[in-house]
Amino acid sequence: MRTALNIATDALAYGMVLFIISIGLSIMMGLMRVVNLAHGAFAMIGGYLASYAIRDLHVHYGVAILIAVVGTIIVSIPFELLLYRRIYRKSDPLIQVLMTIGITFFIIGVVNYVFGPSLKTIPLPALLSGPFDIGFRSVPTHRLFVIACGVATALALWLLIEKTEFGIKLRASVDHSGMADALGIRTEIIYAVTFALAIGLGAFGGVVGAEILPIEPFYALRYMVTFLVVVSVGGAGSIMGALSASLLLGLADTTGKYLAPEFGEFFFYLTVIVIVFLFPHGLFGRSHA
Amino acid sequence: MTDVAINHVPRKRSIPFAQEGLGALAIIALGAVGYFLFPDDLAFLTRLIGIAFLVLSLDLVTGYCGIATLGHAAQFGVAAYAAGIACVRGVTDPIALLAVGVVAGTLMGLISGALIARFRGLPQLVLSIAVGQLVAALANKLQWLTGGSDGLSGIAPGKVFGIFNFDIYSRTAFLFSLAILVVVFVALSRFVRSPFGLLCRGIKDDDLRARMIGVAVYPRLVIMYGVAGAVAGVGGALTAISTGVVGLDSVGFERSAEVLVMLVLGGAGHLWGALAGALIFQIFEHIVSAANPFHWMMLVGLLLILIVVFAPRGLIEPVLMLVRRTAGKGRPS
Repeated sequence: MRTALNIATDALAYGMVLFIISIGLSIMMGLMRVVNLAHGAFAMIGGYLASYAIRDLHVHYGVAILIAVVGTIIVSIPFELLLYRRIYRKSDPLIQVLMTIGITFFIIGVVNYVFGPSLKTIPLPALLSGPFDIGFRSVPTHRLFVIACGVATALALWLLIEKTEFGIKLRASVDHSGMADALGIRTEIIYAVTFALAIGLGAFGGVVGAEILPIEPFYALRYMVTFLVVVSVGGAGSIMGALSASLLLGLADTTGKYLAPEFGEFFFYLTVIVIVFLFPHGLFGRSHA
Repeated sequence: MTDVAINHVPRKRSIPFAQEGLGALAIIALGAVGYFLFPDDLAFLTRLIGIAFLVLSLDLVTGYCGIATLGHAAQFGVAAYAAGIACVRGVTDPIALLAVGVVAGTLMGLISGALIARFRGLPQLVLSIAVGQLVAALANKLQWLTGGSDGLSGIAPGKVFGIFNFDIYSRTAFLFSLAILVVVFVALSRFVRSPFGLLCRGIKDDDLRARMIGVAVYPRLVIMYGVAGAVAGVGGALTAISTGVVGLDSVGFERSAEVLVMLVLGGAGHLWGALAGALIFQIFEHIVSAANPFHWMMLVGLLLILIVVFAPRGLIEPVLMLVRRTAGKGRPS
């Protein structure tokens, strides 16, 4: 029972971190059809910025998150203008893969040159660091915070996409960007805003998830595959898909690590192969003909 | 990237095997330069040749069939482990070990081809990654067989043809690898111009049209994957034989990504491009990465971005243009 509850909280927290980071990638792949392998690199920039802000500038945790998100978006703007624009909606995945791998390597090199190649911790404020009593037992407060962040992100995105004018334009561009363009929707602005949103979410996830996916020099490479897999299993562009895939894979991975540590990765990827083979467009995805 | 793949002008009668012979001579000449000018770096050059096989293999799949894969090291790694395990268990003849590697690589190629070639685009990419990671996880898990994260060591192959011993300067290993490279390269340059190879290019350029003219696309891609697996298997087995150890890095994701970078750097869709990419990339890595690995990553990233933006067909393309222009001058158009 104790183990089961531990697995449940850890899996939920891990799944939520995966969700917060991957949902940005998912939206981007749904709208711009860019296989962005550099998404983890932007999450890494967020983590490094937050770590720097807290440890060297001694700001509050909340402020550090804000600095990380805004800072990462600012850093990402030249990449969007110069590089990503060229590969939006290009059908050849090889070109996209190569360019985004190149961006990843470049960012890893630069970030480690600037901040130094070592593991970066993001110290938690006192409020989040202790255990939290939920009545019959206590769980780490940080886990609950991450889960709350994940739920809040999902709700906010759902509101944004389903209920606002921006959301309507976004969905129109996803469904048929040429037609949306013809109807007077400035799709390039939609693309740019969505890109910033996706990167911001990635950075946010990188910071709040730093306890679970530690910020280290090869973070971008190590988790590159994981984020892509989550999106592919869930189906690009679907919030429901990304959420369920994150929780499912989080559960598979955490359970594997608890019960059969040496088999963890194996079952994770076996699950992925089976799901992708049966549902090539993901659990909640649609085919882009 | 898709333009006319087959600009085949029927040649006037020429010397048979002239192209293959020239290719073989060029590789031998390059090898001789390496052998005589850098006698202290032969171990590195041998490793370079091993990886070059993997790049050639990836070229068959990505360059000639248009399959985007990030898990190609699986074939290489499985073959390396197979050869290494066979050697530790008592098969020490290098040629036999090579055969073990080829068989293992082919099998792995057929299995991954059967999974990966079914789809295109994102599902294909993710499946290739997942297959690669699955193999890597297995290699880590089956510790009694593969040595797990410690790597498989103690591979001591016997003499080549019972005459040439593997020496500590890697002279034998280098010459052995070079000889195999020449054989494989000549065979492949025939193979890619065979009807089968040309058909694969057709599938790459327009798989719908290929299907319309009655080509069974999927089985052909799987067969091509098998051939690519055999080539990767040669590389894996050679690396296992010449270095004496097989580590988890030979099946890892980084290896797959690096090899893709090498291929695109040189130029996908050309065997020469694959070789040139492998050569240039690894020599630069050897020099820069020794100084600072992060500078190296930054440089590779920048280079990759520049290549994709300015020369998406690789560094070999301008060279080929030059060759074509000089060759075209002599011929009345």
